[in-house]
Formats: sequence, C-alpha cells, structure tokens
Amino acid sequence: MSKIFHVMYDDDAKVMTAAGKLVGQGIRVKDVYSPFPIHGIDPVIGIKRTRLAICSFMYAMTGTSLALLGMWYFMIQDWPMNIGGKPSFSLLENVMAFIPVTFEFSVLCGAHGMAITYLLRNGTLPGMPASNPDPRTTDDKFVVEITTDNNSMSADELEAAIRATDLLELSIKDA
Amino acid sequence: MQREATIREPLILGHKTYKDITDDVVGPIMGPAPLGWKIMITISSLIAVYGVGCILYLLGTGIGTWGLNKTVDWAWDITNFVWWVGIGHAGTLISAVLLLFRQKWRMAINRSAEAMTIFAVIMAAIFPGIHMGRIWVSYWVLPLPNQFGSLWVNFNSPLLWDVFAISTYFSVSLVFWYIGLIPDFATIRDRMTKPLPKKIYSILAFGWSGRAKNWTRFEEVSLVLAGIATPLVFSVHSIVSMDFATSVIPGWHTTIFPPYFVSGAVFSGFAMVLTLLLIMRKAMNLENYIHVKHVEYMNIVIIVTGSIVGVAYLTELFISWYSGVEYESYAFINRFSGPYSWAYWMMMSCNVISPQLFWFKKIRRSLIATFALSIVVNIGMWFERYVIIVTSLHRDYLPSSWGEFHATNIDIGIFIGTIGIFLTLFLAYARFFPVLALNELKTILKSSGESYKNEQAK
Repeated sequence: MSKIFHVMYDDDAKVMTAAGKLVGQGIRVKDVYSPFPIHGIDPVIGIKRTRLAICSFMYAMTGTSLALLGMWYFMIQDWPMNIGGKPSFSLLENVMAFIPVTFEFSVLCGAHGMAITYLLRNGTLPGMPASNPDPRTTDDKFVVEITTDNNSMSADELEAAIRATDLLELSIKDA
Repeated sequence: MQREATIREPLILGHKTYKDITDDVVGPIMGPAPLGWKIMITISSLIAVYGVGCILYLLGTGIGTWGLNKTVDWAWDITNFVWWVGIGHAGTLISAVLLLFRQKWRMAINRSAEAMTIFAVIMAAIFPGIHMGRIWVSYWVLPLPNQFGSLWVNFNSPLLWDVFAISTYFSVSLVFWYIGLIPDFATIRDRMTKPLPKKIYSILAFGWSGRAKNWTRFEEVSLVLAGIATPLVFSVHSIVSMDFATSVIPGWHTTIFPPYFVSGAVFSGFAMVLTLLLIMRKAMNLENYIHVKHVEYMNIVIIVTGSIVGVAYLTELFISWYSGVEYESYAFINRFSGPYSWAYWMMMSCNVISPQLFWFKKIRRSLIATFALSIVVNIGMWFERYVIIVTSLHRDYLPSSWGEFHATNIDIGIFIGTIGIFLTLFLAYARFFPVLALNELKTILKSSGESYKNEQAK
C-alpha cells in the first residue's frame, strides 16, 4: 500500500536542512508547500529552471510581427493616405512612426502570453480548488511531501528517516 | 540566506514572526469595518456620485458644457488625463524598477502603489473617453474593419499611440498586480471562517497551493514582468508627452518633453503614494511595516525627480531664448509674466522649491512635513500640466483669436468626481485586499526584520 507523508516544519531554514538531509539519504522529495518562496530549495529537491522567460520572448516577437504586419496592411497596402505631406509609400519609409505601437503591442503580447502560460502551467485558474495539504502552509508553516510511490524505501524506513529531522508534525495518509 | 549590514535600519520593526505578518494584514480584513472607514467611503462615494452625475450631464448635453472655446480647445480634460496618468506611474516604478534594483523597501509599499496605479489609470482613461462626446462609439479608436470604405485609424498619430500605450499599461499593470495578489488571496482563503467570504477569496486565489515549482515560476514571472514593465513605464509617459511634442504649437514643440514628462510622472506618483500611505499606515496600524525609513527613501526619490523637473523647466526657458525663435520665446515670456503667471509661479514654487526642503534630514524624516509637502507636490503637478496646455494655446497665431479659459462647474465637478471615484476604489481595496505583499515581506523578515538583525549583531 502506497503512502503519502506530509512533514510539517515551522521554519524555512529547517526545511532546507531537512530536505538536504533526506535527499542525501537518497529519498526523493515530491513537493514542498510554503507560504513564500524558499530561496535555494529548487536544486535540492530537483526542480529545473522554468522556461517561462523564453515563452515571453516568443510571445513578444509574435506581437512585434503582428503589429508590423497590421500597420503595413492598414497604412500602406489597403488605403495609403497622404498625412501632413508625408505619404505612405512603403513600410521602410514609414516604420519610424510605427515604432511606438510596435513596442506597445510586443509588450502586450509578451506580458499577457507569459501570464496566461504561467497560470495554465501552474493549474491556477479562477475557481480551482486548493491542493495544499494544510491551511497553515499559506501562513507560517512549511510542508514537505514525500510518497512511497517514487521512493524505493519502505514506508517504515521512510518514516524513520523523516522522524530524524527537526519536524513539527507528521501526517501519513494512504494514497 | 541573505545578510544585511547591521547598521542599516531594519525594514520590519518590532519583534515580528511570520504569523504576526499574516495577522497584521489579514486581521483587519476578517474583522468588522471600522467606523472611520465607513465615514470616509461614504464621503468619497458621494463625491463620486456627483462626478458621475456631471459626466452623465456632459454626455447628454455635449462638450460645450466644458469651458473650452475656439482658442483654448484643450484644457482641464487633458490636464486631468495627464495628471492621473502621471500619478499612475509610481506603482509600476516601485514594483518593477525597484524590483530590478533589488530594493527591499519596496515590498511594504508596492501592493498599494500598484493599486493606486490601476485606479489612477482608470481615472485617466475617463477623460479621453468622455472627450470623444459620443462615448458609445469609443471602440472606433481600434483598427476594426468597418463599412465606411477602408477607413482605418491613423497609426502616425500620437493620439493613437496613446490608445495602445495606455491600454497596454493598464492591462499589464493589472496582471502584474494580480499575479502578486494570488498567493496572498490564498492566505486569506485559508484563514477565513465565514463561508461566503471564504468562497469569494478561494475563487480569487485561483487554487494557489504554494508548491515549490509554483514559487519558482512566480519569481520568474515577476522578474520578467518587471523587466518588460520598466521600459513600458518610460514609453507610456513619453507617448503622452508626444501628444504635445509632435504638434507645432510654441511651448509644446520641444524634444525635452519625453524625459521631462517621465520624471514629472514619477515625481507626482510618489507624492500621491505618500499621501495615501501616510494615512493608511496610521488607520490600519501598519507603522511597523511602513515606517520613517520607507518615507525617507520615497522622499529621496522625490528630491531626485523634482530636481530633474526643475532643471527641465529652466532648460525650456533657456532654449526658448537660445533658439532665437520669437514665437517660442514669446510663449515662455508669456508663461511667467502673462495672464496665467499665477499658475506658472504656483507650479514653480510647488514643484521646484518645495521638494528641495527634503534635503534637510529633519524634514525628510518628519511624517507631518512629508504629508503636507506631498499634497503641495500633487497640486503643483496639476498646475504644471495646466500651464503647459492652457498657456501655450491661449495666445493663438492671430492676436484677434487670443482668448482665455474659464473652467465651468462641469469641468470642476468631473475633476473632483474622479478624485471621489479614485478614493472610493482605494478605500474598497484597503478594506478587502491584502494591503502588504505578505509573501514578499516574509522573505525579507530574516534579513531585514528588527529582532533577527539584532540577534545577528550579538
């Protein structure tokens, strides 16, 4: 029978020490729930760097292209106008006046594209149920989640290793 | 863990724990509304209702209800627009630029400053909206396919750049603010006991659970948003200034406008942040989080930006003479000695002279003096826009067309009304939203909290 261990700590430094100790014994930490980002925990529990910044750049480039394409169509191709003695002959000659809108539209797409991707990847959307194991983890407590499923040790061995850390509470549930 | 020099003043006073930070911020939301808040929101919503009434009267009757005339055809409307947009610049500056510079003191003020930004930009957007006269066709500013031939909007016009700049700025600021709010809404959700508010906060919290991976993404998104919001802040007010600078009106046609407007915007925005936060820290007992050191830092920003604005005023005067263009030099001589010289000197004394008082440490660290001067700066920055706009227009090219501007009750009513709407929104925010960035403050407790620093010193 597989089990889920929720180990609660009352300080971020204790979480760091405990996670380091457990990982050192070959135990895989599934997740850490915390009320604020614990700096330095990611490499310890094996979380890779997010690629959201790359996403943002790609969304922004899409915005740049769309803005330039749109303005080329509206101002040059579809209905060229002579505004203030400066006729709309070609994109290259008019692009100076299009820079502000191109910039704004790139930022618009980059920011919103990244924000939407972030919410989808996190699974945080309006009305979604919360999945933190204890309501205190959004206040001042920290929970480390360990399961027997992704560890080779038995439940008893895991429990013994967990109890050796400076924990506050331990809850064991059947998965 | 990060360490900070012990001689540096702590940013979180008192012997706070993580739980205390939660209690201090979430406590007031869970408790009953204080009487003072009820009185304040009643007054501000009455002013807001009066403003909405004036707006409806304007929409029903027409732009003629403003004091505009053939010569001065842009006055309070655009003055108020630029004033509100300027105020809206401090929020993103605090949250984005100061985040990039790793300034930890921003964490106590960024949430409220961003809220202020969003509400101020909404107020700003009202003015061009109602100035169109037919607000119900305001979507015509977008390049939409239409039945009037191939009639597209003019992408060479700074007024259209403004449409894109303001809407991008508003929506990006809103997203930036909300992404920071999600974890704090989750904190309220997990503590709220009443069923209906708990339901509402759990919808607002988007199911945030605070997993390690979520926090990594959260920090990356905040950093990237800060990185792209920083040039955005500069671009928005530059584009606002180009509404004037790309025209051929003497007094407007100057290349100094973009940097001068941006620093003016930051200047007025910080003044408004101080005005609001000095009241809020007292009313909500946040003295341990927003204290004299934070006020001092903000006052230093005010000296810097106020001095940039002062240099810009003097440069404008010098260049108007040095250019040898008589129209240009007349525009500026008329500004400080003509019929609107009272407004010019009001602007000069409020914006250039008064912030220099902050060079004195006593004044810079005095909350009462800061509050008084922040209001002086707010007034001064309104007059700056009024001076630029009205004095440049009221002497037309032909002396037979010279005129003056007199504000009507509707002009005044709409302006006062937007202040009422703004304060109503801000008060509602202060009541129901986490006014400090809980998750960010908790990260600096150990490096900048008073008790932790003292332990390090031992």
